[in-house]
Amino acid sequence: MSAEAMTLFSPELAARLDALVERYPARRSALIPMLLYAQDEVGYLSDAVIDEVARRIGITPLDVRNVATYYSMLRFQPAGKFNVQVCTNISCMLRGGYKIFDRFQERLGIGHKGVTADGLFSLEEVECIGACCWAPAIQVNYDFHDELTEEQVDAILAQYRSQNAGGR
Amino acid sequence: MRTTPKSSLFEAGQPNVDEKSECMADVTFTVDGKKLTAPAGTLLIEACRKAGIEIPAFCYYPGLSLQAACRMCVVRQEKVPKLQTACTTPVAEGQVFITESAEIAQARKATLQLLLGNHPLDCPVCDAGGECELQDMTFKYGAGESLYVEAKQHREEQKWSPVVYFDRPRCILCYRCVRMCGEGMDVWALGIQNRGVTAVIAPNGGDHLDCEQCGMCIDVCPVGALTSGTYRYKSRPWEMNHVSTVCTHCADGCKVTLGVRSANDGMEIVRADNRDKSGINGDFLCAKGRFGFDFVESAERLTQPLVRNAAGVLEPTTWEKAIKHVGQRFGAILHEHGAGSIGVIGSTRTTNEENYLLQKFARTVLRTQHIDHERTGDYATFHGLLAGSKERAASHRDIAAAPAILLLGGNPTEEHPLLAWSLRTNVRLHQARLYVANSKAIRLERQAAHSLHFSEDGYDALVRRLSGDGAALADVTGAGAFCDALGAEESLVVVCGAEFRGASLAALMRWGLSRPGVKFALLSDSVNARGAADMGLYPDLLPGYLPLAGEQPLHDALAGMPTTSGKDATAMLEAAAGGGLQGLLVVGADPFAAHGVTEGALKNAFVVVQDCFLTRTAAEADVVLPTASLYEKTGTVTNCYGDVQMVRKAADKAGVKSDFEILVRMAGAMGVDVRTLVPFGEFQGVRADMGQTRGAQAGEADRHAVWLAANGLEPKLSPFDPFAILDEMERLVQGYALDRLNLFAGNESSTEPGTGFVSIDALLQRKDGVVATHPGLFDSGLLSERTGALQAIGKYQAAQAAQAAD
Repeated sequence: MSAEAMTLFSPELAARLDALVERYPARRSALIPMLLYAQDEVGYLSDAVIDEVARRIGITPLDVRNVATYYSMLRFQPAGKFNVQVCTNISCMLRGGYKIFDRFQERLGIGHKGVTADGLFSLEEVECIGACCWAPAIQVNYDFHDELTEEQVDAILAQYRSQNAGGR
Repeated sequence: MRTTPKSSLFEAGQPNVDEKSECMADVTFTVDGKKLTAPAGTLLIEACRKAGIEIPAFCYYPGLSLQAACRMCVVRQEKVPKLQTACTTPVAEGQVFITESAEIAQARKATLQLLLGNHPLDCPVCDAGGECELQDMTFKYGAGESLYVEAKQHREEQKWSPVVYFDRPRCILCYRCVRMCGEGMDVWALGIQNRGVTAVIAPNGGDHLDCEQCGMCIDVCPVGALTSGTYRYKSRPWEMNHVSTVCTHCADGCKVTLGVRSANDGMEIVRADNRDKSGINGDFLCAKGRFGFDFVESAERLTQPLVRNAAGVLEPTTWEKAIKHVGQRFGAILHEHGAGSIGVIGSTRTTNEENYLLQKFARTVLRTQHIDHERTGDYATFHGLLAGSKERAASHRDIAAAPAILLLGGNPTEEHPLLAWSLRTNVRLHQARLYVANSKAIRLERQAAHSLHFSEDGYDALVRRLSGDGAALADVTGAGAFCDALGAEESLVVVCGAEFRGASLAALMRWGLSRPGVKFALLSDSVNARGAADMGLYPDLLPGYLPLAGEQPLHDALAGMPTTSGKDATAMLEAAAGGGLQGLLVVGADPFAAHGVTEGALKNAFVVVQDCFLTRTAAEADVVLPTASLYEKTGTVTNCYGDVQMVRKAADKAGVKSDFEILVRMAGAMGVDVRTLVPFGEFQGVRADMGQTRGAQAGEADRHAVWLAANGLEPKLSPFDPFAILDEMERLVQGYALDRLNLFAGNESSTEPGTGFVSIDALLQRKDGVVATHPGLFDSGLLSERTGALQAIGKYQAAQAAQAAD
């Protein structure tokens, strides 16, 4: 895709995607990382994002949806600014993952896949996030919080609220 | 005559999935204790099917990529710890398989339990009920109980287009539709979204389909998940009779199975598909073939003869009165004005027998040389150039199996959908090399090894370049490489569109004929356009492209005909308007619309029209005779590749008659002994074993009848029997010495141009008169305009296009 073409993405991301599609023998091999980076920047995979990724690779938007809908970490609705992902897989479950999840639901007033009215938080119950040794664990955007107790939930939420207020 | 290889009787239409296997050595392996032999690498499921061992499968579909999604075809292979999928297991020397055992039955039963987990079991109302693969397998393996107690997920049925409906809960996720749409059709309009229990077939428009509406997805669906807008909830499979005939729309001549059912005024068509996947089209049908049949039920259909009364109004009357009137008027014109006073314009939608009879009726009864048809391909020049050469005319199967094809002009995806399908399939499965040269961008370039674009006058220049003129097409990039690659092909089929005619067609064919291994096919636009030309609906050529004067047996059969060249359609209309022709017989054509005849211009001529609908020409005729459509009669048609196929009467409409019967009755009304026209009852008495066809000996009588038919000896007991004319055609028309056994078994029989044609120089001096009509994917002129389903698709597609343009 030429530099002057219409793009939804920042110049940095556009350049990164341009490099990605050329990296593999088959252009569509770059599809999943492209979707992930686009989601990180835009927040979710809107129709426009899907169309642009399809155009960059040279496949149909239907092809992109076929792949994207397979993966639960790719989303088609905006999430909150801080996406709280609570693991309830076996290790976390045994060490109280559901209690953590329940506490988040109670404190945020939203359920699985919910977004708070102010758009600050969204909540997800997720499968294993690879932190079994430190269960129970959660992931907020790309940050991990582990060996949690229910009591720590408020502090975690407060931390992100102040981070938001601080403009970061 | 070229006979179809014997094996095609049994493997008709099945593409050879793995061409490479042909050159691989045979291996021997054991299946259920039986020693089988097949080329190494053949898929076990195919090897078993060929040996008569049925292995069940939902996702496996011959010719498409392998999916191994359904797990129904599992078999036990010796020394392999787990059950193996037969659809992905290539056979090798010494393997031992078991395809049915308690263990395998249990595995298949468990698969069925899973598939039925969300299945609604609404078989009593499902379109597929009675011909459903899931139903058959459940019946066989009996998954009557289930371990799964979860509530079934239900979703409402979705309408994806006027002709494609999707019922999610019935879907078993075999991916056949996805692969057919993508690999087979190169449309890629279907996908799979989500995963696991939420996985769902998804159309490219989100909630609707933006595609060619071919309905192939419906055809391959093993269950009732994809259903047809024209058939859904209309009938049950066992309520219909299935008649296999030829599609009436384009010149490809696909075999189509019409599902018919008794109706108040005859037999109605409720469904069209290619049920047994035989014939040149195998699996394939396009939107016109699959959904384009309801014109037979159109409210505009003529069902009573009309005769213009004293007040100048077309008035319904009886067949007897109408035929008598025509006979008297034609007789009077002949008596008063003599030979050559009546013009005849024939049809490209009627059968070969009807066209042969029409020219014979015109030449010997109406004693006229003014005969023509709506020419959409220059077959006269085509045959003139092929005169005397063997193996130079390409049948459809030749094209479908050729290692290299040069497609010049035309737009098969829109105008010849079967050709496009066969080219795509040939490229995909057999690695054929497709060369596309066109003045427009066409979809088949996606499959082309080489493609070339030039301006509209570039076709002749390309032929000059191929013939050695290095300066031609010098300004077109890639022309040199294109021609060099073509030059390296040892075996080539040249398929050309209506862009090639007269001198340009001659130049192209002279180039090809100068090289060994080049075959030709010439495209045209309607179902029997080639047949009309072959049957001599020309003012200057007899059937088989023989000259008017000569001493062939055909000339004897047409004794008494005028032997000077007649007027073509344009000249006939001018002459009829100017008083040069006193009568005009128009069969299944609309020359007034095609030639822009002004209203009332022919009021001094006696005009008779035979047609299904009140066309512009019919509206101004003196007598209109309502005819049976191609779906309501028997005979043969010839597609544009010269393949002759049987047309069988499927539907029936009260009030109409076949053109064949009308012509014979007309001749009778003119006082002609119809035996001179139709050679029926020629065997001096009845030789059929009549009466034995019922009762205990029925089987024997049937076999007897098959043998008689295959040898052209079955008795023709009626002057309305088109096969009496087929006999005469076979005897007298060059190239039509047909392979009757194949023809009657429902396969095509190819024609091969004969010798003794009009000289090519004479042909090139005449006006070719070709007017290509360029039918579309949903358009075949008269018939599609009166087909509700095709009109609905047309509107839907236009709305899609308008939306895309916004």
